[in-house]
Amino acid sequence: MIALDKLTDVFVAVADTLVADFDIIEFLELVAEKAATISAASAAGIVLGDPTGRLQFVAASEQSVRLLEALAVQSESGPCQDCFHTGGPVVNTDLRDGEAHRRWPAFAALATSMGYQSVHALPLRHQGTAIGALTLLSVHAHPLEDADVRVVQAVADIATIGILQERSIRASGVLTEQLQYALVSRISIEQAKGILSRIHGISVDDAFTLLRSYARGAGLGLSAVATEVVNEPDRHPTLTRPRR
Amino acid sequence: MTTSRPDPAVARILLQLADEPLPAGADGLVSTLTRLCAALVRHLPASGSGISLVGEGHGSAGIAAWAGPRSRSLEELQFTLGEGPCLDAHASRRPMLEPDLVGAGSHRWPIYGPRAAELGVGAVFAFPLQIGSARVGVLDIYRSQAGPLSAEALASGYGFAEVALRLLLQEQAGASEGRAPEGLDDVLAHRMEVYQAQGMVMVDLGVKPAEAMARLRGHAFAAGQDIAAVARDVIDGILHLQRDHPPHDPGEYR
Repeated sequence: MIALDKLTDVFVAVADTLVADFDIIEFLELVAEKAATISAASAAGIVLGDPTGRLQFVAASEQSVRLLEALAVQSESGPCQDCFHTGGPVVNTDLRDGEAHRRWPAFAALATSMGYQSVHALPLRHQGTAIGALTLLSVHAHPLEDADVRVVQAVADIATIGILQERSIRASGVLTEQLQYALVSRISIEQAKGILSRIHGISVDDAFTLLRSYARGAGLGLSAVATEVVNEPDRHPTLTRPRR
Repeated sequence: MTTSRPDPAVARILLQLADEPLPAGADGLVSTLTRLCAALVRHLPASGSGISLVGEGHGSAGIAAWAGPRSRSLEELQFTLGEGPCLDAHASRRPMLEPDLVGAGSHRWPIYGPRAAELGVGAVFAFPLQIGSARVGVLDIYRSQAGPLSAEALASGYGFAEVALRLLLQEQAGASEGRAPEGLDDVLAHRMEVYQAQGMVMVDLGVKPAEAMARLRGHAFAAGQDIAAVARDVIDGILHLQRDHPPHDPGEYR
């Protein structure tokens, strides 16, 4: 039975990392460490589904080549794979009995050769599906009671929150750059309209039409031409020299 | 766009925004930002608030929203003068907190400080709207009384800035490539006349952009007008700035 006060420590520790520029890999390593500690497993690892649906190793509770292999081998079949596809936990599988070797031959062979006796996989759940899985591996028999499964699932949920937060922050960063660009681009175009309006003695609307047809005719971006009209007018003499 | 772990301050502010009355016939981005400013004034110790967009490397791209009787003028004032907490917050990428506009604030901003004080402002707090190195504007909080923001009010200030940015980005997600959201069309259109006038002055006086803007500002200051009004006069052909003294910047337009 997992002590509930240990769980509080997990929440407190990871809450500190959920700020704007946290390192997602460091965060997931921390979560994996906490999951191993809280469940008294030997090791824990996190895999995430890539855009093609393949599971990729992302982080583990220790820098161990054998742990890595035990996770990587599950890209084809393994408890992580099952968990990822069903969206539900795959727990209390004893690697010493034939069932595990039948379901996941490559994984079970590798894991037992490494000395692991038990494995659990919990989904990283988001809106009814799994985006990845948290695996616990132990070198001893290590059954989890239902209450323990709920506690470790809660830790897996923290990993999910961090991943989604980081993805959302990246998306927000892109949108902010887009808006920044849009504002600067618009300002350049308006400056260029004013310039061309004065040079040719035309209205700002006609200046815009002139700017746009010139850019199209030259196969250049409107914003790029506008910026050059403002800062390097000699690059576009036919546009910026008065016509007599 | 959502983050899956709601920040408690932001969650509270979103609820306050939802409760803020919706003016009849109003919807869209500007209306929501206006209600956000109103919610800020209602729930924080503030007498006014404003949200200005800023064009990186240029200046104000428009006043998106405001609340409080003189907030619009205060937003405009910073652009007219080319100095103020909003511009500093944008430039430094950090909040600019000035609890004493008449005292320390008037040393920081020798022209803006006294003018804003005349408009009844005792303290100003400006929060940049930014993520990482990308920045798009500033949220200003105005107080008639001098004095710092409490820690709680400061946290709320950050929260209101974050919500303002989220609202902008939500609309940006639906904008055409390379363009700002349609909901900002009027906001931008109103401001863009200044940049058109800037271009005209560049040609009239044969000067570079910075000098042209300085000349527009100088005329606004001398005439006691907003820069937007001066721009309108330049565009309408009523005002022709003269090359009556050597340019501050010796660079020529071409």
